[in-house]
Amino acid sequence: MSLLALSNVSVRYGRLVAVRGITFSLGEGEILFITGPNGAGKSSLLRAIAGVTPPSGGRIDFADHDITGRAPEDIARFGLAMVPEGRDVFGGLTVEENLMVGTGMHSATRGWKARAATELEAVYATFPVLKDRRHAQAGLLSGGQQQMLVIGRALMTNPRLVAIDEPSLGLAPNITDQVYERLIALLAMRKLTLLIVEQSSTRAMMVGGRMMLMRGGEILLDGDARALGQSEAMQAAYFGYGEP
Amino acid sequence: MGSLLQVLFDALSLGSLYALGALGIALIFGVMRLVNFAHGDVIAACVFALLWPSVDAVAIIFAGNLPWYLLVPFVLAIGAALSVACEALVFRRFRRANPATMMIASFALGFVIRYFLLMLFSSRPKSISLLPALSQPVEILGARIPLLQLITIAVTMAVLFGLTAFLRRTRFGLEMRAAAENFTMARMLGVRANRVIMGAFALSGALAAAIALILGSQTGTANIMMGASVMLMAFIATVIGGMGSLAGAVLAGFLLGAVATVMQVILPPDARAFRDAFVYGAVILVLIFRPQGLLSARGTRERV
Repeated sequence: MSLLALSNVSVRYGRLVAVRGITFSLGEGEILFITGPNGAGKSSLLRAIAGVTPPSGGRIDFADHDITGRAPEDIARFGLAMVPEGRDVFGGLTVEENLMVGTGMHSATRGWKARAATELEAVYATFPVLKDRRHAQAGLLSGGQQQMLVIGRALMTNPRLVAIDEPSLGLAPNITDQVYERLIALLAMRKLTLLIVEQSSTRAMMVGGRMMLMRGGEILLDGDARALGQSEAMQAAYFGYGEP
Repeated sequence: MGSLLQVLFDALSLGSLYALGALGIALIFGVMRLVNFAHGDVIAACVFALLWPSVDAVAIIFAGNLPWYLLVPFVLAIGAALSVACEALVFRRFRRANPATMMIASFALGFVIRYFLLMLFSSRPKSISLLPALSQPVEILGARIPLLQLITIAVTMAVLFGLTAFLRRTRFGLEMRAAAENFTMARMLGVRANRVIMGAFALSGALAAAIALILGSQTGTANIMMGASVMLMAFIATVIGGMGSLAGAVLAGFLLGAVATVMQVILPPDARAFRDAFVYGAVILVLIFRPQGLLSARGTRERV
């Protein structure tokens, strides 16, 4: 039983086609890296899944719901937590307020306040630096701290799938290492499914899991990250020479 | 001393009016990047909600005869309901349109409201006596301050504190602030777009109603154009405060009130008739030196 299933999904912006009929499914507990060069359609695909840019064709199923064309706030309620590219923190809100924004959608369920408090402590345990700066304005945090904040914020929504767009963008390599270290620790701790978009395949090869390579709005390759990373086909597809 | 105090209270009460108006505009701009030019006509509509429709010169007071503890909630509810109706019937259709299109739609809506009032009440200003007890002066340190001025200032302060507490302490307030900074991100965290926008419109409408009550009691007339001048000043206050910044809007509102009042005092008598020209001149100067506004809002940058 897959958690997320896309069938023949396309995304267009006016006449520009960003994603061309993509089909894949993602099972509960999997880690999927989507890699590919700039302009491959990776972010557009994520935005379609999150409901920000509705797909122009195809169907998306998530957690037993048809979410094609649904509003982002509904999709979030089904358990999709999106961490968009560029670390969209709410700069004028404090760190703790940022973390709390996403807990409000569960306010109809009983005991949500207690659960949110527990969740907050769990996030602080994973990212102690956020606890130290809980009352600071989020806009004043460093890039690495902001990345941890947006991941923490996604976890606060009690998600089933966390989709992260370029977690290493604009971060120093050692900070990226830290971010990934925490992500992997999180995976071990809770039942999560991860979908990570990265431009390079190096991280995918280090972490392991499944990897898909996108180019020109299509999936060229799909398989085990480590095996794919070393293959000729990967090199060829990445740099665009020969037939993959 | 007495006359100085008089000027101070004049400035504060005029500034209060502008601050309340600016807040109503900034709240909506914050969540949906709409400059709502219909706001002034909502103010006028709230005043006319107190009257019975007639084109006679003499106003037929209807709800205006209610005791104040019923009158105030009634007008606030009318303002909120009218504003929410504007959103549901008009602005919702323009959610994805660009800000210029939305602004033009708001102009059009303003005209519709204004001409609807014109049809029901005619364009003649009508004299009304709203909360007459408030026009008595109070003696403070030798200055005779109208009670209404004191109440205007007190109400504005109460609204500012209440709104701040609401935005800082409640879940809905947190969602509104998050949505004002980055609407798409807030939605991806489960914040309901419709609820936040409706909430902003309801608050903005209630603020318009508060202005209507103050203006109605102050001037003693109901005039279909009465919202327009406040709206213009309030809009200018939101611009020089930094579009979308609530604190900036309030600050600039008070600043404009102070500048206008002080100019009224210090300008030579012959120039006083042109006071507003001097005020707008000062506004131009501010914008030349600080085009982003006094307190520029975060998140005013283009949204994804």
